[in-house]
Amino acid sequence: MKRFALWAPLAIFALLFAVVASGLFRPADKVVRSAMVGKPLPDFALPAMVPGKPGLTSASFKGGQPRLLNVFASWCVPCIAEAPHLMRLKTMGIPIDAIAIRDTTPAIAGFLRRNGDPYARIGSDTASRVQLALGSSGVPETFVVDGRGIVVKQIIGDIREDNIGEIVQAVREAR
Amino acid sequence: MIAEAGLAALWLAGALAALQLAMAVIGIARGRDDVAAAVRPVAIVQGVLAALAMALLINLFLNSDMSVKLVVENSHSAKPWLYKFAGAWGNHEGSMLLWVTILGLAGGAVAIFERSLPERTLVATLGAQATIALGFYAFLLFSSNPFARLTPAAPDGLGLNPLLQDPGLAFHPPTLYTGYVGLSVAFSFAVGALVTRDVGPGFAKAMRPWVLIAWIFLTLGITAGSYWAYYELGWGGWWFWDPVENASLMPWLAATALLHSVTVLATRDGLRAWTIMLAVVAFSMSMIGTFLVRSGILTSVHAFAVDPERGAFILALLAIYIGGALALFAARIGTVRAGTTFDPVSREGGLVANNLLLSVILGIVLIGTLYPIVAASFGVQLSVGPPFFNKAAGPIALALVAVMAVGPLLRWRRDEARAVVGRVALPIAATVVAAVALLFVWPGVLPWAGLSLAAGLAVASVAPLWKRNLRRTPMFTYGMVLAHLGIAVSLAGMASDSAFTRETLVAVRAGEAARVGPYSVTLDGISPVIGENWSALEAQLTATRGDDSTRLHPQLRFFANPPTSTNESAILTALDGQLYTVLGQPDGQGRWQLRLWWKPFVTLIWFGGVLIALGGALSLVGRLRRERRSAVRAAWA
Repeated sequence: MKRFALWAPLAIFALLFAVVASGLFRPADKVVRSAMVGKPLPDFALPAMVPGKPGLTSASFKGGQPRLLNVFASWCVPCIAEAPHLMRLKTMGIPIDAIAIRDTTPAIAGFLRRNGDPYARIGSDTASRVQLALGSSGVPETFVVDGRGIVVKQIIGDIREDNIGEIVQAVREAR
Repeated sequence: MIAEAGLAALWLAGALAALQLAMAVIGIARGRDDVAAAVRPVAIVQGVLAALAMALLINLFLNSDMSVKLVVENSHSAKPWLYKFAGAWGNHEGSMLLWVTILGLAGGAVAIFERSLPERTLVATLGAQATIALGFYAFLLFSSNPFARLTPAAPDGLGLNPLLQDPGLAFHPPTLYTGYVGLSVAFSFAVGALVTRDVGPGFAKAMRPWVLIAWIFLTLGITAGSYWAYYELGWGGWWFWDPVENASLMPWLAATALLHSVTVLATRDGLRAWTIMLAVVAFSMSMIGTFLVRSGILTSVHAFAVDPERGAFILALLAIYIGGALALFAARIGTVRAGTTFDPVSREGGLVANNLLLSVILGIVLIGTLYPIVAASFGVQLSVGPPFFNKAAGPIALALVAVMAVGPLLRWRRDEARAVVGRVALPIAATVVAAVALLFVWPGVLPWAGLSLAAGLAVASVAPLWKRNLRRTPMFTYGMVLAHLGIAVSLAGMASDSAFTRETLVAVRAGEAARVGPYSVTLDGISPVIGENWSALEAQLTATRGDDSTRLHPQLRFFANPPTSTNESAILTALDGQLYTVLGQPDGQGRWQLRLWWKPFVTLIWFGGVLIALGGALSLVGRLRRERRSAVRAAWA
C-alpha cells in the first residue's frame, strides 16, 4: 500500500499532463457566442434620432418580415467602414433599422450625409439602456431579427465583405 | 556579428550542459572522481556563456539593430533606452533566454559556493541542473532563436506593447525569474539526493539557503508585479487571479511550504520524503507556470506567443523533467530511511499543519487555473474568476494565518497544551478586541476575519522575542518574526482594501468637483502633453482634504508604435491610504469621465510583501553566518 502511494504523485501528474496536452492540440475557440440568439428582443421604445425618420420600438420587429437591427454611432470609426456594406444589403431589399448610441441629432445627420443612409428607422439610445438590454457590448453590432421579433443572428463588430453572404442567408432562412 | 556571437555563445553553453551531464553520469555511475571533479568548472563556464548570450541580446536591443528579427518585432529606435534594455526580455524569445541565463547562473553559483554538500550529491545535483538546462537550450535553439536575422533589414521596429513601457519591466521579470528558476536548484538538490540516497539534516541545511534566495526573489517579484498591475492597468485592483498571476503564486506557495518543511528536516530530521516532494513540486510549478504563459493555452494579459508548437515543446520538457523526478521519487524514496517522529502538539506539528494548508491552497489555485482547459475539452467555454478563488482559498488562508500565529510559540518535539494556551492568550485577546471593535463598522465576513486575525498575528509574530535577550537572539529568529509580521501587515492591507474602498465614476466639466472618501477632487483642466514616444491628454486635478491640497495628473496616453492608448493613473499616497485617479473618455459635450478610488491602507499590501522578503533576507544572512561559524569551529576541533 505504502509503495503504491509513492506513485500517486506521478499518476496525478500524468493526468494533468493528459488534460493540458489535449487542451493544447484542440483548436482554440475564440468566437464569442451570442446569448441573444433564439431569444425575443427586449421591449423598448426609442425616440426619433433625426427629423423625418421615425424612432424605433420593439413592436416594429413583429411585422412578419425579417429585419436587420444595426447598433451604431457617429463617433465610431468601424461604423464608417461597414456603412458601404449596409448600403449594399439595403439595395438587396433587406430592411434595416438602427439604434444610435450616445449620440446627437446633428452628428448623426452628418454621419448619414457622409456615409449614406441605409436605415428605415433610427432610435436614439442616449444612455445605452437598450444596447445593454440587447446584450451588445459595443458598436457596431448587427442583429438579424425574424418576423416575430426573435433574434436569429448577432454579428459583433463591423460587417465585412465576407459577412454579407451569411447575413443574406440568415434573412432568407428567417422568412 | 554580435547576433552571431550571441548564437555561438548559446550553442556552446548548450554543448557544455551536455558535457556537464555526461561527466556527472560517468563520475557517479563509474565512480570516476577525476571526471566528477571537472563538473564544477564546466557548470561555471556554462553559466558565464549563457549570461554572455543574454548580454549580447541586450546590446542588440540597445543599439536597435534592425537586422535582427526579434528587435524589429519588439523594439523601436525612438524608444527610451530603459525600455530598449528591458525590452530584451519583454518578448517570448528574450524572456526564455533570460530564463536559461538565470538557470545557468544558478548552476554556476551552486558550483562556486556550495561547500557543505557531500561531493557525490553535489555532482548529481549539477548533473540534474544540466539536464534541465539542456532541454531549455534546445527549446531556444530549435524553436525560439532570439538571434535570428531578418533579410533585408527593416527600416525600423514595430515597437513594444505600451503597457510594458514602464520601469516595472526592468525590475519585475528578472526578479520573478530569479525566483522561479532559482527553485531549480532545490529541484536539482532533491534529484541529486535521491540519486545518492542522501536525505538528512545535512542535506536540508545545504539546501535551505538556496531555497531562501529563490523565495526572497519570488516574494519581491510577486509584490512588484502586483503593484505594477495596480498602477499601470488603471483598474484599481492589485490581484486579478489571472492565470499568469496564479502561475507565480503557485511556486511561491510550494516554496513557502518547502521553506518550512526543510527547517523540520534540518532541525529534527523529520519529513524527509515530504521535503523532497515539495522541492520537486516547487520547481515543477515554475515550469508549469512557464508553460501556461508561453504556450498561449490560457488567455491572459501576459500570454504573448500563441504557438502550439512551442507549447508542445515545453510540454514535452515538462513531461520529461517532472515525470522523471516523480518516477525517481517513487522508486527511490522507499529506500530512504524514515526520519524521526514527533507529537502532534509541537513545533513540527504546527509546521506540518502549515504545509498541509499551503498545499490545499496550492491545489485550489491549480484546479481553478486549469479548470477552463478541462471544461474546454468538454466543449464548455468558461473562465474561473475571483469569486471562486476568494471563496475557496480565502477561508483556508485565514486558517493558515491562525496556525502561523500559534506555530512559532510551540516547542520542538512535544509541548504541553496547557502551557500553549498561556502563550497564545495575548494574541487571542488582540484578535477578539479587533473583532469586537470591527463589529461597529461591519466590513463583511472575510475582511472582518482577515483584519481580526491580522491583529492577532501581528501580536503573535513578535511574541517569540518576549523575555529573550534581544542581542543574543539569532538573526534568523528576527527574520521569521519580520516575515510573519509582514504577512499580518499585508493581510491587513488586503482586508482593508476590500472592505473600505470607495469608488466613484463621474463625468465632470472643468471646474467641477467630485467627492470620494475624505477627498474632494476638482478637475481644473485638460491639456495635451508630449512624451518621448507618446502624446497624452493630461488632466489637472486638485485633490483637497481638509486644508491640504495636492495636484494630480492622470493621463490618457497614445502611443504611435504600435498605435495603442493606455491609462496612466495618478496616485496620491497618504499615511492612511491612497487616492487613485484615472482619466477616462470625453463625452463630446465638454465633460470628462473620471474614475476615482479611495483605498484605505492599501499600501500595506506591498509594504507587507517587502517586509516578508526582508525577513527572508535576515534569515538567510543569519543562517549563513551561523554555518560559517560552526564550520570554523569544526575546523578548530
